[in-house]
Amino acid sequence: MIIEGKTGSWEIVVGLEVHAQVVSQSKLFSGASATYGGEPNAQVSLVDAAFPGMLPVINGYVVEQAIKTGLGIEATVNEVSVFDRKNYFYADLPQGYQISQYTRPIVSGGRLVIDLPGDTTKTIGVTRLHLEQDAGKSMHDQSPTKSYIDLNRSGVALMEIVSEPDIRSPEEAGAYLKKLRAILRYLGTCDGNMEEGSMRCDANVSVRKVGATEFGTRNEIKNVNSIRHVMQAIEYEANRQVEALEAGETIRQETRLWDVARGVTRSMRSKEHAHDYRYFPDPDLLPLILDPEAIARIKTSMPELPDAKKARFVDAYKLSPYDAGVLVAEQEQADFFETVAKGRKDPKLAANWVIVELFGALNKKGVDVTNSPVSAKNLAGLLDLIENETISGRIAKDVFQFMVETGKDAASIVAEKGLVQVTDTGAIDAAIAKVMAENAAKVDEYRAGKTTLFGWFVGQVMKGTGGKANPAKVNEILKAKLSG
Amino acid sequence: MSALNDLTIAQLRDGLKARKFSAREVADAYLAAMAKQRGLNAFILETPDVALAQAAASDAKLARGEAGSLEGVPLGIKDLFCTKDVQTTAGSHILEGFKPPYESTVSQNLFDAGAAMLGKLNLDEFAMGSANITSYFGPVKNPWKRKDGKDHVPGGSSGGSAASVAAHIVAGATGTDTGGSIRQPASFTGIVGIKPTYGRCSRWGIVAFASSLDQAGPMTRDVRDAAIMLGAMAGHDPKDSTSVPLPVPNYEAAMTGDIRGLRFGIPKEYRVDGMPAEIEKLWQQGIDWMKAAGAEPVEISLPHTKYALPTYYIIAPAEASSNLARYDGVRYGLRVPGNTLDEMYENTRAAGFGAEVRRRILIGTYVLSAGYYDAYYLKAQKVRTLIFQDFQEAWKKCDVILTPTAPSAAFGIGDKADDPIAMYLNDVFTVPVNLAGLPGMSVPAGLSGEGLPLGLQLIGKPFDEPTLFRVGGVLETAANFKARPGA
Repeated sequence: MIIEGKTGSWEIVVGLEVHAQVVSQSKLFSGASATYGGEPNAQVSLVDAAFPGMLPVINGYVVEQAIKTGLGIEATVNEVSVFDRKNYFYADLPQGYQISQYTRPIVSGGRLVIDLPGDTTKTIGVTRLHLEQDAGKSMHDQSPTKSYIDLNRSGVALMEIVSEPDIRSPEEAGAYLKKLRAILRYLGTCDGNMEEGSMRCDANVSVRKVGATEFGTRNEIKNVNSIRHVMQAIEYEANRQVEALEAGETIRQETRLWDVARGVTRSMRSKEHAHDYRYFPDPDLLPLILDPEAIARIKTSMPELPDAKKARFVDAYKLSPYDAGVLVAEQEQADFFETVAKGRKDPKLAANWVIVELFGALNKKGVDVTNSPVSAKNLAGLLDLIENETISGRIAKDVFQFMVETGKDAASIVAEKGLVQVTDTGAIDAAIAKVMAENAAKVDEYRAGKTTLFGWFVGQVMKGTGGKANPAKVNEILKAKLSG
Repeated sequence: MSALNDLTIAQLRDGLKARKFSAREVADAYLAAMAKQRGLNAFILETPDVALAQAAASDAKLARGEAGSLEGVPLGIKDLFCTKDVQTTAGSHILEGFKPPYESTVSQNLFDAGAAMLGKLNLDEFAMGSANITSYFGPVKNPWKRKDGKDHVPGGSSGGSAASVAAHIVAGATGTDTGGSIRQPASFTGIVGIKPTYGRCSRWGIVAFASSLDQAGPMTRDVRDAAIMLGAMAGHDPKDSTSVPLPVPNYEAAMTGDIRGLRFGIPKEYRVDGMPAEIEKLWQQGIDWMKAAGAEPVEISLPHTKYALPTYYIIAPAEASSNLARYDGVRYGLRVPGNTLDEMYENTRAAGFGAEVRRRILIGTYVLSAGYYDAYYLKAQKVRTLIFQDFQEAWKKCDVILTPTAPSAAFGIGDKADDPIAMYLNDVFTVPVNLAGLPGMSVPAGLSGEGLPLGLQLIGKPFDEPTLFRVGGVLETAANFKARPGA
């Protein structure tokens, strides 16, 4: 995106830092439960609360999850990485330091291909992915004089995933987050739920004149809790910076907060002292050394990721890249489609039904595909009935409505409601004969050359058969009869 | 028969097994001895109820013939080890009243072997000190007195452990050693102390001072007792990532008394300027004893020795400054309120920490700060590697190293108190061992001109504690150190 200012054209430069909570039963360095939504301080071990003499022990499963994610973004998984302490005081940071990875992250140098309008793509570099502990939660609204601390989140494993400053518009930022979230969900390494805070995003935004090679001074926008807000915050912040620069101001590097209500970013009160985190290697933990064979083993067990799946859908099912892209955005959608489309003569029909009818219905009900009232098997059953001409496409839509409402399978609804398509030419002949006899004048008009009446005749015959007549057969026979 | 509290751990073990006396009688003897020696201020907390309950359990086990290796043996536990539901202070006001809901791995191992706990022993605050004068609960006195009767320090930081073992008010004690905190007080009080190889004993549940240096070990009246006690304390602990998964050898069995053909190194850099002649003489005596036992002295060089103390006083405070950040008044221990969170931190930590602890937190914070990290912390880590390599080179020439434990005998309470550097020099011979992660043992070897004990230090290869026990036993026999404090 280019911002046309008074003094020229400006380019937006964005880098994103995503904190993704690792899907794991227990925390990064303790056995306490890492699940969301427990009673305050119900999921806290002595390690999480930093009791004297307590020591961290790395959770091997979390390490595997980080390796998987690293492989998923085509990055290098480092055989040696180091945990460091990031020291600062805060009431919800029991140890007085966060265990993180500073100089030697577990993953470095990956990339993400983002999907842009017009079936184009762009590659965004990923600088690094490292593991770190989450902090607890401070609650300032429980008492007028006190703050309360909930340590359930303290010590939960996060992956911090840092992009290169390759992003050039709010749309690209949105596409990056969507693709990253899809990959994390495909891998099962993060549930990507931004509302619950299991995926959080900080955006580094700067602007520069088009053609400039140096980056401008950046501002960091903290903890924006939806993709839409990230995009809005970037757009606002870039325009604010352009206005400031064009007014002769300089941009001061600072941390800003996105104010959802007002739709603006604002400066966080700067503390009088800058933080010096005094990073140093955590002496309680040995360097994390990974067995290359274990990495190779994880590599062979990787699921098919969105880009590969999309390419396969285009290739194997002859879908348009757009349709394929819609289907693979969520793994459950893609799986649903494949169950419906498998072995079908016309997979495009399946894609249309899933994207238009099913997603439309789900949208209306406000549920996602995993809670669909119409199972993939039942939708496949409905398409079978269309393909073997038991019902027409038009009737199928009515049947589908019943399926959405009742969750029943197509065949039983068709049987119950007597919606079986009439392909018996005798019955169709009779219906046509009846319509022609009752509308002799119209037949004459048609025969005199007013062939546009054909559609009206079809409608009458369909009406006469309760919509159950096979439309192709009606067309064929009607044409012959009307021609006399 | 001598009084029960004058028996060694080995003698207690054998006597209890033979049912010559009961664990209850042993516990009673120690509790009576403790009561007489309260003037030493060796204990922060006496736990007679715990000791008597454990003694009763031991008597039941002994009756069933199920005795553990330390069944019925009453010990003192340094108050740096967290003990379940029993106050654990680390010698600091900030933890006064803190009762951990968990038991440290090492103390649990000892209790599992049948040992009883007489109480929690005094120490320098957060184990920071070499004289046991920084404890919030007051200084510990050395049971040994100079001929003129002046009170002396027991050394530190395990001063309560050393004084109580020397005064026979515990059969043995746990210590921890970050830069010499087991070996220097052992030397000052005429007892045996061993700091095992880093990773040999679990650090889980021990209040951390400097995580990459801290190691627990036994403090006892003789080498055999140390072997028995370490055998019970040591072992792999999956809760400590730096604990090493190696089996624990039978240390007592390693004491064969035979050191013929063994090569022992004499590091030339340990002949420091201003070392008292009597220390020099004691060292030479040690060399002669070992030669007489058939071992062969080898001169070795540990060229980076002179950098060990400055390196230690960067790394240990750096780790401590971070380890002690958790004492913030939020979750446990002392809280002094304030109008803001920062004020609460400041009030709590100013009231909770003593001067030496504050000094080390400041040093540690400074050396890790942006702009100083490379010059101090990173440089110190590089020197630490060089010190480790010095020892690696030395092991090509020798099997064990013999040095004095400390550059002097115990000094008077109040001496050196206003000069931290002079205090830090106490650890000049012990600190390199921690930096290299090696095992080191102090064995009492003689008396100073003023009648105070002096120790010799043995340094071993990683996890070669068996050799230390073997050589330590030979030195002990040769030295025949029988002097008792106050005698």
